[in-house]
Amino acid sequence: MRIDKKTKDNLITYGIVVATFLIVQALASTGHLTNHIKGLLVPMTYYAIIAVALNLCVGILGELSIGHCGFMCIGAFTSAAFSKITAEKIPSGPRFLIAFVIGIAFAALFGFLIGIPVLRLKGDYLAIVTLAFGEIIKNVINAFYIGVDSKGMHFSMENQMALGLEPDGLMVVNGAMGITGTPHDASFTIGIVMLLVSLVVVLNLINSRDGRAIMAIRDNYIAAEASGINVTRYKMLAFTISAAIAGAAGVLYSHNITTLTASSQYFGYNASIMILVYVVLGGIGNIRGSVVAACILYLLPELLRGLNKYRMLIYSIVLIVMMIVNWSPKVIEWRKKTFANFGIKKKV
Amino acid sequence: MSFLTYLINGLSLGSIYAIIALGYTMVYGIAKMLNFAHGDFIMVGCYVIFSVIGAMGGNSTTGVIIAVVVSIILCSLLGITTEFIAYRPLRGAASPLAVLITAIGVSYFLENLALIIFGADVKSFSSVITWKGISFANGELKIQGVTIVTIAVSIIILVCLQLFINKTKQGQAMLAVAEDKGAATLMGINVNKTIMLTFAIGSALAAVAGALLCSAYPNLSPYVGAMPGIKAFVAAVLGGIGSIPGAMIGGIVLGIVEILSKTYISSQLSDAIVFGILVIVLIVKPTGILGKVIQEKV
Amino acid sequence: MKKFSKAVSALMASVMAASMLAGCTDAASTETPDTQAQAQGTESSANGGATFKIGAIGPLTGAAAVYGNAVCNAAELAVEEINEAGGINGYQVEYSKEDDELNAEKSVNAYNTLKDWGMQILVGSTTSACSIAVSENTKADNMFQLTPSGSAEECVKYDNVFRVCFSDPNQGIASAQYIADHNLATKVGIIYDNSDVYSNGIYQKFKEEAAGKNFEIVSEEAFTADNATDFSVQLQKAKDAGADLVFLPIYYQAASLILTQANTMGYSPVFFGVDGMDGILSVENFDTKLAEGVMLLTPFAADAKDDLTVNFVKKYQEKYGEVPNQFAADAYDAVYIIKQALEAKSVTPDMSTSDICEAVKAAMTEIEAAGLTSAKMTWDASGEPNKEPKAVVIKEGAYVSAE
Repeated sequence: MRIDKKTKDNLITYGIVVATFLIVQALASTGHLTNHIKGLLVPMTYYAIIAVALNLCVGILGELSIGHCGFMCIGAFTSAAFSKITAEKIPSGPRFLIAFVIGIAFAALFGFLIGIPVLRLKGDYLAIVTLAFGEIIKNVINAFYIGVDSKGMHFSMENQMALGLEPDGLMVVNGAMGITGTPHDASFTIGIVMLLVSLVVVLNLINSRDGRAIMAIRDNYIAAEASGINVTRYKMLAFTISAAIAGAAGVLYSHNITTLTASSQYFGYNASIMILVYVVLGGIGNIRGSVVAACILYLLPELLRGLNKYRMLIYSIVLIVMMIVNWSPKVIEWRKKTFANFGIKKKV
Repeated sequence: MSFLTYLINGLSLGSIYAIIALGYTMVYGIAKMLNFAHGDFIMVGCYVIFSVIGAMGGNSTTGVIIAVVVSIILCSLLGITTEFIAYRPLRGAASPLAVLITAIGVSYFLENLALIIFGADVKSFSSVITWKGISFANGELKIQGVTIVTIAVSIIILVCLQLFINKTKQGQAMLAVAEDKGAATLMGINVNKTIMLTFAIGSALAAVAGALLCSAYPNLSPYVGAMPGIKAFVAAVLGGIGSIPGAMIGGIVLGIVEILSKTYISSQLSDAIVFGILVIVLIVKPTGILGKVIQEKV
Repeated sequence: MKKFSKAVSALMASVMAASMLAGCTDAASTETPDTQAQAQGTESSANGGATFKIGAIGPLTGAAAVYGNAVCNAAELAVEEINEAGGINGYQVEYSKEDDELNAEKSVNAYNTLKDWGMQILVGSTTSACSIAVSENTKADNMFQLTPSGSAEECVKYDNVFRVCFSDPNQGIASAQYIADHNLATKVGIIYDNSDVYSNGIYQKFKEEAAGKNFEIVSEEAFTADNATDFSVQLQKAKDAGADLVFLPIYYQAASLILTQANTMGYSPVFFGVDGMDGILSVENFDTKLAEGVMLLTPFAADAKDDLTVNFVKKYQEKYGEVPNQFAADAYDAVYIIKQALEAKSVTPDMSTSDICEAVKAAMTEIEAAGLTSAKMTWDASGEPNKEPKAVVIKEGAYVSAE
């Protein structure tokens, strides 16, 4: 029975995503969506994906990461560099597929490498080290110069001139100027497919033996270790998968917006914290909540556009109020009471 | 000689990080929450000083003193109010992350409010310290007045905080609250009042830090506190969370490392190097330089 | 289930908040061009109610808000002036601005919002990366885009995009040539922002151009947005290397800190800036003595004495309470350039966006505009403006021509 209930719960999650997709497609084809909303669809999918990834790390593994956008950054840059180099050589379908593989693989690799030192630490110390790695990734990419010409790849960490590129060579990554002209391959459909894939991966992981081991570590580290669970292995597993999914979000990101720069507003700690806000408001450990919260919180400031300069002010107030309404022990108690009263009234 | 110059530059930057980290670690160690808005309290403090000095039409000594005092009072009030409205309702929430997110909300709120009131353009902050400093070796080596004052002030604050926490009743109450809120309540300590006092002191320290930050680096904008805030957080962690001398050491180490890595390794990659060193320190010593190792009991 | 109810309540709360505020959206967005809207009500009826719709995009909140606000305010001012003077080809102009928070993704969102509003011509985006991202969309929609201040090379790679400001490479080249031609220095130090597209673009071209010139680059030091407070190392290195000129391809906020810190360490080379340096004299409370002798290549100086500038600065100050910077000047010019182009081809607002784009594109290569940022601007099909950079030097707290 228990398994049934979980499967049902997961099916509801997939159902919500698919239903949303169908409704949006129907609205779009009948011309009910404004350009503004249409433009928001793809970003919503990749923010939902990275929220799922972060929830795996924060909610399921129980380790606070405030540098997750760093993995997104790696996925974005490696895949965009690939797509830019092969833009003329490979047709868009297979190219985008390979881009996904590359972006996810690199993000997973870095997740693994960074996981080794990070997961030795605990609590706030761990959080600050993830922040540190996020900032390191951003800073290092800002000093990367990669070009391609007939002689092959050129690489430098000084400046563009040091590459010695032939005049007809292609500048791929140009330091702080990043990558421009990545092909616009991402679409809402692909975004939704990727979201479903990451949901399947994460939800199946949670309901598997491995997932239970991971949650056991979260709930009681010592007991888990004493029960013979290989703590390091499972922690690394969850962290790497989380990084890989964040990388997938990065691939969608870089193929949706044609300019890609490793600056703070996209991949800095502020951006990572924004994703954390999605996760916490959606419910820590609640994957479906993350998806819903990511979509709503991404939409909110966009819908507030009419308020001009008061927009972000209102947004911050809404954020505080929502947190208190959802998390305050007193409010929760009060809510229970009032809802209980409603229940009694109904019965009477 | 040039190494000494760089070292002194590192010390000036580090002293600023240290004084911000003191306020940060105070709140962090006792209320056990990451107050992401601390950097923005600093910003508020700076704007208050700027406005008060502006309103009094000049940079006279009395004007500066009045401005700093007003700023300290207003920042304390701001700290208490924020704690009351945004943080207290979430005490005892199911996850400690909840209050972290409201802190971020408060940070956005203060930044955007300042943006609306004061505009986005930078304002030049006239230093509250007019003393030029001292020079050695025929002016080859120079220590700026603001650096000396900052270090002196941080040492005074450090000593006062240590005395306050270890010698007074309220200080002991803070330690008790930091250790175990439930047990502290049982001992007759008013947890709410104690945390309120912590915020009042922490925010007052933010006002002092703001005055010195903007005296050393006189550009005032709504985002002036954000980056120093995060760097101070790093410094506090580096020194060991909750350790007040640790925050001071962490700040100064961070400043010196930043300047020396810019000088001798690469100015392009200095952020990466600074954070890299933080990672290495934490791997070698997982609870920071002066942090206590807490053995987890079964 | 408890968690689920939590999620649902979060959903409910935010949907309610969103829908409430979304309700305000429509009301507020039509209010934005408040004065014009009323003016149109009376005047435009003669033309069947048709108006030109010009939109602007820039960072109105966040750390770069000063640039976005300058662009959006100045464009608004220009539109109001045009409407008072009878509009373009007899039609009134409607204006709307959107925030992009210096984020390319949000910039595209802003563009889509403006498109829904009915925008026909875009003045924006303010910053380079955003402008490049948006140009992808304007190209697809074939909408005419004139960026006042998107200076990166790629901003104008499409034929429907033109710009008012100099490109970054042009500024780098012009600066190197100016320093060489006027024998300003033998040893040059550079301090640039490694995390900024604009600063990097100028720096790279400057360095390329400097090879083989009569000066030598002795120190090149970077900073990033995350550590843009302490410049002691960069200055000390330039000083130790004996640089007699320090080139600052950066914005004035960081530059004002650099000048202050150079002063405290007793280092006084010639500081040479680019157009981002303009604005340094209007930083509130800034000790302008520190900027004495600073040279910069800029198309605009707020205290120039020509009628156009005096009038613009006065009106801008009255309306927004700030001294306009070069971004504002570029945007003000942009709106008048669009006016001139529309008039050259007698464009009417009832034409489709794409037709307007084609007409304006053709007009752009033919017109010769005079504005705040240059007395004579022409364009070729590449979208780059041809105008002369003016070198100015700061003397006694004011810009003086360096010639």
